Amino acid sequence: MEEYRHRLMDYVREEIMPHRFCTGCGCGTVLNAFVNAVEGVGLSPAKMVCVSGIGCSSWIPSPYFRSDTLHTTHGRPIAFATGVKIMRPDLTVIVIAGDGDVAGIGGNHLIHAARRNIDLSVFMVNNMIYGMTGGQVAPTTPYGVKTSTTPHNNVEPAFKVAELVMTAGASYVARWTTYHVFPLMESMQNAIRKRGFSFIEIVSQCPDNYGRRIGLRTAVEFLHQFKEKAVRIDKTAGMSEAELADRIIIGKLCDRERPEFTAELHALTRRIVAALKQEQPA
Amino acid sequence: MIIRFAGFGGQGIVLSSYILGQSAVFDGKKAIQNQAYGSESRGGECRGDVIISADDIYELEPDYQDVLVAMAQPAYEKFVPLLRREGTLMIDQDLIVTDHNIEPAGITRYSISATDIAFKKYGRKIMANMVMLGYLNTVLGLVGRNAMEDAISRNVPRGSAEVNLQAFADGVTLAQQELKKR
Amino acid sequence: MAFDDNRLSYLNRLAGKRYFMLGDEACAYGAIYAGCDFIAGYPITPASEIAELLARELPRAGGICIQMEDELASIAAIIGASWTGARTMTATSGPGFSLMQENLGYAVMTETPCVVVDVQRSGPSTGQATKPAQGDMMQARWGTHGDHNIIALSPNSGQECLDLMLECFNLADEYRTPVILLMDGEIGHIRESVLMPDPEQITHKTRKAARPGEDVFGGDDLVPGMVHYGAGRNIHVTGSTHKANGMRDVTTPEVHDALIRRIYAKIDQNREKIVRVEADTDPRGPARIGVISYGASSRPARGAVLAARSEGIAVDFLRLITIWPFARTQVAEFAKDLDIILVPEMNLGQMSREIERFVDCRVQPVSKIGGIPHTIGQIHRAIREAV
Repeated sequence: MEEYRHRLMDYVREEIMPHRFCTGCGCGTVLNAFVNAVEGVGLSPAKMVCVSGIGCSSWIPSPYFRSDTLHTTHGRPIAFATGVKIMRPDLTVIVIAGDGDVAGIGGNHLIHAARRNIDLSVFMVNNMIYGMTGGQVAPTTPYGVKTSTTPHNNVEPAFKVAELVMTAGASYVARWTTYHVFPLMESMQNAIRKRGFSFIEIVSQCPDNYGRRIGLRTAVEFLHQFKEKAVRIDKTAGMSEAELADRIIIGKLCDRERPEFTAELHALTRRIVAALKQEQPA
Repeated sequence: MIIRFAGFGGQGIVLSSYILGQSAVFDGKKAIQNQAYGSESRGGECRGDVIISADDIYELEPDYQDVLVAMAQPAYEKFVPLLRREGTLMIDQDLIVTDHNIEPAGITRYSISATDIAFKKYGRKIMANMVMLGYLNTVLGLVGRNAMEDAISRNVPRGSAEVNLQAFADGVTLAQQELKKR
Repeated sequence: MAFDDNRLSYLNRLAGKRYFMLGDEACAYGAIYAGCDFIAGYPITPASEIAELLARELPRAGGICIQMEDELASIAAIIGASWTGARTMTATSGPGFSLMQENLGYAVMTETPCVVVDVQRSGPSTGQATKPAQGDMMQARWGTHGDHNIIALSPNSGQECLDLMLECFNLADEYRTPVILLMDGEIGHIRESVLMPDPEQITHKTRKAARPGEDVFGGDDLVPGMVHYGAGRNIHVTGSTHKANGMRDVTTPEVHDALIRRIYAKIDQNREKIVRVEADTDPRGPARIGVISYGASSRPARGAVLAARSEGIAVDFLRLITIWPFARTQVAEFAKDLDIILVPEMNLGQMSREIERFVDCRVQPVSKIGGIPHTIGQIHRAIREAV
């Protein structure tokens, strides 16, 4: 009997499979959606560089996705990716990392990359907790949740990261959850195609280190909750802030044309070099 | 030769030191230039230092000067005690009241009205530094006149070389008159 | 590596010209001569003039200069860019250098060639922000955590700022490692005469390329060949402990042991090739007193040695151009017949202690902190007292 081989296996580093995500972790779903999206846009992994940081979701590209990968220090993948993209604008540079990495320790890089509108796609897997280090509070942890470092209560509000990135100036911003896999795949394709900074916040589940703290024991319970809490952005018009407080706004927050940073930078350099050639030799 | 220019920010103090240092290099000498940075360079104690030598320069920040060119009272008061005994003091006499109690013994003093000349003749007080440079360089014979005029032309704002060179020449003339007198 | 047309025509305009410029500016021109493609920086006194000059001039030579949001991002960007094959650098001072330490370790661990310029200023913390110091000597050596080796060079003139930048980029590529130009605020912020070299006379070392199928993070040589992004090799670069093929293995003791020992050894075993010193032994015969110095301190130190000799005191002088790896052989040889070594430095004895480890004679720091370098007189007095 011929051995079954998944049609997308070429996109992953097969030699290190199976992956080591916890049972029910949303990272597997995100990897699946990402691989499908890459195939969907017809992108060769040989023309991609995937950059990640430190945390569970950073394992999606590093080591699992089979392209050039840069597994960086905690919080800095966007800054590393900026250097790669500037010097190789022809390559598609994608950052996949967690909420702690991207919105916590690396938040400054996120807003500045969005402001520059550099052509990166950043897929932030938001599991609302520091999972790899054992369940500490994240800037995305909702108010009132007990974590290992907020054992009495979390009295901080959660970051609305997608809205932040949109305000900072990104070309494309969306938010989906691991329940909304097909729109997520489509959104990832749009993000990859978009010339400019594109950002997708992917609300994801961590049954092991977050679910048990909020009474959600399995991935299925999480997905049910994501389904119930999700509200499409075009349905939020008449809703009050209080009504939206506990909801997950999903969909495309913005999709706009703005000058892209590396294109501007290289055009400027070309103009300067050309002007020098016009000058008489000194 | 260790020369310090000192005065208020905006008097062209640092530029003077830069022009002197650069012209020394154009003239085939060794030179280093140093200046005050940050908050130190504001207020009345802005300074630019130049060391000129025929040989390699090992002293980077000497604790005394051979020459002090002072263009403001606070600068004079702060830096004249650091002048070497028998060193040379050059001041803008309209801007500074000297105090013999704080001056080292045996210094040679030169006083001119650089700012007054600059204002009356060119309508621009900023030219005082060029008058002073011409005077300083002629009195002490630091670098060749051509080298300094070259450095001035390169470093003053575009289109202002001629008037700056004129002010420089005024200083040269004043110095020549003074040297005849002494 | 040869210059591309843009770079060559840019440099041909400079060749043979003599400028009166800051050490910082000379360093920046050195980067252009070194073929630097990309600098990312963040403003800080007394290093800002390096990025300012490169922002103005590097695009004229076809390169790119950007200002990042902080120093962590600056070094991150140059490491990322280095993996595309670019020659990259950043420039900072003590506080920024402190912020860069984690990613400096990342560059060590991933064997990423890049150059970090640290124009040292008076610290700790904001200290005397505009004033020079040499207080980062040990931060350069041990600032990032974990066992590692580093290469650091220290210029003592404007001309040497330019010349050593060429060497920094070459060493970075040759040994696949970050290299630090340990300047100080004094050398960075004084203007001196600097001669622009002829680009035809410049030699660039090239990065060794990994052969097809060859591992990028290990193999037979101490310095593995490199593969750049976009080559279709699907290379995996990680700061975690990794096998020769780049894949993480953070649990096997032997994998970590072999990786770290190799990264350490590639510099340690090439120490004699890397290290450069400048010795000036007293021509009149055996001296009992030696002076060892580096960077700005070495200027008045040399002046003091000459002054002491002129009054009949025999003194030997050694200048460290390479700070790390430490010139242990050269220093031990220098110290052989000496009773005492004086070490003028603008800190409270950082290199003095390192020198002490490799000599039998007495080592005495001649420390100067406070933001003003030693005068010749201060070091001269120390020599007289040592007689």
